[in-house]
Amino acid sequence: MAAAVRAAECGVHVGIVDDNPTLGGQIWRGGPEDGRSRDAGRWSELLRTAGVTKLSGKRIFDQPDRGIVLAEGNDDVSELRYQNLILATGARERFLPFPGWTLSNVMGAGGLQAMVKCGLPIRGKRVVIAGTGPLLLAVAAYLRKNGAEIPMICEQTSWSSLAGFSLALLSQPAKIAQGLQLKRELSGVPFVANSWPLAAHGRQILESVTVSRGGKSETILCDYLACGFHLVPNIELAQLLGCHVNGGYVRVDDLQRTTVKEVFCAGEPTGIGGVDSALIEGQIAGLAAAGGTAEAQRLFGKREKARRFARTLDRTFRLRPELTKLPSADTLVCRCEDVPYSHLQQQTSWRAAKLHTRCGMGPCQGRVCGPATQFFFKWTPDSVRPPVFPARIGDLASIIGGPEPENSTVGGGLE
Amino acid sequence: MLDQVRVTVNGASISVPSGTTVAVAVTIAGQACRTSVSGERRGPLCGMGICFECRVAIDGRPHCRSCQILCEPGMEVTTDE
Repeated sequence: MAAAVRAAECGVHVGIVDDNPTLGGQIWRGGPEDGRSRDAGRWSELLRTAGVTKLSGKRIFDQPDRGIVLAEGNDDVSELRYQNLILATGARERFLPFPGWTLSNVMGAGGLQAMVKCGLPIRGKRVVIAGTGPLLLAVAAYLRKNGAEIPMICEQTSWSSLAGFSLALLSQPAKIAQGLQLKRELSGVPFVANSWPLAAHGRQILESVTVSRGGKSETILCDYLACGFHLVPNIELAQLLGCHVNGGYVRVDDLQRTTVKEVFCAGEPTGIGGVDSALIEGQIAGLAAAGGTAEAQRLFGKREKARRFARTLDRTFRLRPELTKLPSADTLVCRCEDVPYSHLQQQTSWRAAKLHTRCGMGPCQGRVCGPATQFFFKWTPDSVRPPVFPARIGDLASIIGGPEPENSTVGGGLE
Repeated sequence: MLDQVRVTVNGASISVPSGTTVAVAVTIAGQACRTSVSGERRGPLCGMGICFECRVAIDGRPHCRSCQILCEPGMEVTTDE
């Protein structure tokens, strides 16, 4: 959104393509309820007055040629032409399999929050929150505000890592204020470090969770388990477009330009840093893509500050080695193709696993099982191939077919 | 907005607030979204359209990621049974 606004303010024609039903990604999903919504409201209004074209419910799945991408909606397919493309594909949660994790009502932490934002009743429900990262606290606070009961928050990192994190925040007053607010909102909720889920139990749906806590296990009755192990950048589209990737993140220069000169990238795919980082990087990318280089450079200082926070996040929430023991032999790792952990232990690489077990070949194309197998076995994923997101055969056929699809090109192109 | 939207899930009519996704409607109706390759009942995991566990048929169109689709009046949702 920030990129689109700044680019449009420079006078170029801008469109946003977003798979979600409304704009703002995951962090602003569902509309205003808290302090962050002021930002969301402000940027929504700027977007509206800037006259940006919005293509919601559409996902890019292929690039037939430079300057053109193909996007599929629920009922249609479009060919979108651009002079510059800014990728703001965000991040997704990292899931680690453990016994019982496929039970209904076991979801990601952000996943459960998204469901509640989209109408899931949570008042009076017991929700155990587990995994790692600041998202756990944000989700706990949000759910509690909506009437959920939180018996425990289980954070896998150590107390000393968290203490280091708090110290690092001292240089960022806004973050301290956010932290203190969270502390108020979560007063009385047990927060335990060095703690992680061991198993989820239930017959048809989740009934209880056993967690490891100080070397002992403890079973907690609950209605939902909100479990996520921090975030993984969505770099697949960048890879499809030929952008170089470094250590799992899209490589960009000072102006957020990737190694493909007309493609820019901002936010989580360049480094997990949260909404503040994303807003600054988005503005820099939007300005740079639209020729406002000098104005983009004025934001470099703010960006450096935000990047320091991103590095701190990265250090604090590293996964501990004990988590490699989370799955048991029959725990499913690939949920799309129901591949158990024991079948994967015998494989020597991601590619071998795909060929022998179908792990990673289902609809999610490794978005869920990939980060888990990378952590368990140190497999690195293959290069991506189109379609980078599942697409209907009819849509693929209509594009290969010859004549221009009827619903191609909206408003003359995107920048 | 407190408008209600009426949809059917596996033939049963339910009313949900406007802005509710189909995945949530299915959950409220007490149904699972799909059956896995080995027969497990599955519901939404990621809530943001990348895990594909929330797939249902909407108005006859299969493989819809219901967590990314808002309920609209008269939608007919069917899950894997």
